[in-house]
Amino acid sequence: MFKDEQLSSIAKVREEWELTVLRPIMERWPERKEEFLTQSGHPVKRVYTPEDIADKDYVRDISFPGWYPFTRGVFPTGYRASLWTRRLITGLATPEETNKRLKYLIEQGQTGLNIIFDNPTTNCLDSDNPLCEGEVGRDGVPCDTLRDVEVIMDGIDMRQVSTSIIHSGPFILSMYLALAEKRGVPFGELRGTLQNDVLSQYYTVNMSVLGLRDGFRLSADVVEYCRKHVPRWNPISFVGYQIREAGSTAAQEIAFAIGSAVAYSEELVGRGMDVDDFATRLSFMFNCHNDFFEEICKLRAARRLWARIMKERFGARNPLSWLLRFHVQTAGSSLTAQQPINNIIRTTIQAMAAVLGGTNSLHTNSMDECYALPSEYAARTALRTQQIIAYESGVANTVDPLAGSYFVERLTDDIEEEAREILRKIDEMGGMVAALEAGWVQREIVRSANEYHRKMRDGEITVVGVNAFTEEGDEEVPLEILRIDPAHEAHQVKMLREVRERRDEQALRRALDKVKEDASAHRNIVPSCIEAAKAYASIEEISGAMKEALGAGKESKDAFIC
Amino acid sequence: MAEKRPTKVLLAKAGLDGHNRGIQLVGKALRDAGMEVVYGGLRITPEEVVEMSIQEDVDVVGISIFSGGLMTIIPKIFRALQENESTRSIPMVVGGILPPHEAEELQSMGISGVFGPGSDLEEIVGFIRQLVDSQGRG
Repeated sequence: MFKDEQLSSIAKVREEWELTVLRPIMERWPERKEEFLTQSGHPVKRVYTPEDIADKDYVRDISFPGWYPFTRGVFPTGYRASLWTRRLITGLATPEETNKRLKYLIEQGQTGLNIIFDNPTTNCLDSDNPLCEGEVGRDGVPCDTLRDVEVIMDGIDMRQVSTSIIHSGPFILSMYLALAEKRGVPFGELRGTLQNDVLSQYYTVNMSVLGLRDGFRLSADVVEYCRKHVPRWNPISFVGYQIREAGSTAAQEIAFAIGSAVAYSEELVGRGMDVDDFATRLSFMFNCHNDFFEEICKLRAARRLWARIMKERFGARNPLSWLLRFHVQTAGSSLTAQQPINNIIRTTIQAMAAVLGGTNSLHTNSMDECYALPSEYAARTALRTQQIIAYESGVANTVDPLAGSYFVERLTDDIEEEAREILRKIDEMGGMVAALEAGWVQREIVRSANEYHRKMRDGEITVVGVNAFTEEGDEEVPLEILRIDPAHEAHQVKMLREVRERRDEQALRRALDKVKEDASAHRNIVPSCIEAAKAYASIEEISGAMKEALGAGKESKDAFIC
Repeated sequence: MAEKRPTKVLLAKAGLDGHNRGIQLVGKALRDAGMEVVYGGLRITPEEVVEMSIQEDVDVVGISIFSGGLMTIIPKIFRALQENESTRSIPMVVGGILPPHEAEELQSMGISGVFGPGSDLEEIVGFIRQLVDSQGRG
C-alpha cells in the first residue's frame, strides 16, 4: 500500500527514532514485560507502522465493505441502515415461563429470539425419562413435543420475528415448521437460524445423539431441505463459540469452525447441490473474549478467509455465497464468580469488539451467569449494554473504523494465516470428520486450554478479582440469583403425559414408522420429521425411531487428554 | 514400612451435560501433583460411581457437574455411596457452577468439599491431599 521510497524514508526515521528517542527512554523506564502477547499467545510489537503492512494491497486484502474479500464487513453501509440483531439467549423452567421472558425481552427492545433448550431436550430425551430427573428446565427450556413449541411461540408472530434455535438436527426445527403450517405461515416467510453443527457439538460439549457420521449426515439433510423449502432460514450455524469456551485460541476457533463448514459444504456438493444453492445461507457463531484487538482481528480474518475459501476452493460465483455472516456471544468462560459486577464491564468490552468486528447479531452475557441462569434484571442489563453501544457510543456510525490501523491489519493477516495453516493440517488428515475421529482437534484444544490456565496460574494472564485486585468478602454474591422452582419439572412432565393421552395413536405410529423407514433408506429425514411433529410425537420418540433404524447413537469419546 | 501408594481419585461427570473443560483441568492438576486419576467419563450414574469406587479402590470421589440439575443429581450419588458398606467412608468432592447457598446445602449433607465457580486448582489439590491425610487413607 506504500511506495518503496515512502517505506525507505519510514525505515530511516524509525532507525533514528529507535536510536535517539526509544533507547534512552527504555534504559530509564524499562517496559513492564519482556514480551507482550495477545491472550492467544500471539506476540504484539511495541509500535506498528506502514512497514508491517507493506505487503498488503488495499483492493486485494482490505477493500470495501460489502465487497470481496469482505474484510470490512458484509454490508456496504455497515450498521448505518440497520443495527445488528440484539438477541439474548432465552430458555428457562417451562415453555410457559420462557414465553413470558421472550415477550418481556421483545418489549424491552430485543429484535430477535434466541432459544436455548435444557439438557434433556438438547440430548433428545423426554422430560419424563428417569435419566432427566432434576434437569428439566434447568439450563434452558424443555421441549418435548409440538405442544411446547406452540406455548413458547404463543402470541409471537412467526412472520415478524427471526428465531435462533440452539439445537441440532431436524428435531426442534420440524416442530417449528409444523407450527408454521398449523398457523398458516408459509415456510418462505420464516426467518431464523438453526444451530445444527453436529461436528462442533461432538467435540466441544461431547454430545452426539446419533453418532458422529449419522448425525452429520442427518444435519446435512436439514440444510438440503431448508434450501429447497425454507429459503430465508439459515439451516446451520458453525459454532466457533463452544470451541473457544473449551479453551482454544482465537485462530483455532475460526479454523475449526470453518473446518466444519468446509466438511458440510463438501457433503452437500457431494449430494449434487451447486455450492451457490446453499452457501448463501450458511452462518457462523463466534465468541468474543477479553483481548479486544485480537477478537476484532479474528472476526475480520474469518470473513476474509471464508470468502477466499468459497470463491477459490468451492468456486462459488454468487457474491452472496462469499459472505461470512455471524452471530457473536460474549465469552461465558470469561465471567468470574469473584466480584461478579465486573462481568458487566467485561461483557461491554467484548460486545464492543464484536461490533467493531462487524457482527450481524449479538448476545451479551448477564453478570450472574457465572452462578446460574440470568435473572430478569441481569438479562435486561445485558441488553442495555448492547443498546448503549448501539445508540450512545457512536461506534456504529462508520463502517469498520479500525481498518487501516497498521496493528489491526497486521494481526488480521497473522490470524488468517494461522487459521489457514490449521485448515491445511485438517485437509491433510482427510477433513474435519477424520480429524475428529483421530482426536486431533480435541487434543489441540486441550493443549491450548492447559496453556491458558498455566499462564493464569503463573500470573502471565491477569484476571481482575481472581489473581489480582482481590478483596476480602469476594466470595459473597451481591446479586439476586434466579431460582428455578422444582415444581416446574413436575408441571412439564404432566403436560407431556397429557399430550401423550390426547394424540391419535395410529397417526403417531404411522408417522414414526415413516421416520424409521426414511432413516434406513437414507432419504432426506426432514419431511417425515415434520409429519411426526404434527402427530405430536415427542423428541425422544422421533430420535428413537432414527436410532432404531441406524443403530443406537454412539456416545462421543471422552477420555483424559492431559 | 511399605511404600505409601499414591492417592487415587475417581473423577467423573454427572448429569446429561458434556462440558468437560473443568474436569480435564482438575484431572491434570491432580496428576501433576502425583495422584492417580481414574476417569469415569461423562453421564455417570450413582450405581457406576459405587461400582468404580470399589473396583478401583479409590480414596476420593470427585464429581464435576455443569448442569443446573445438580441439587438432584449430586445427593443421589452421595446417598448411593453412603448406602454401600464398602464405599461409605470414601469422601466425596463436587465441582460445578452453583451459587453459594447450594454449595452450603451440599456440604451440610456431608459432602466433604464443594468447589464452585472461581475455585483455584491448587486449592482443590491441597484440599484433596489434606482430606486423604486426615482420613488416614492412601
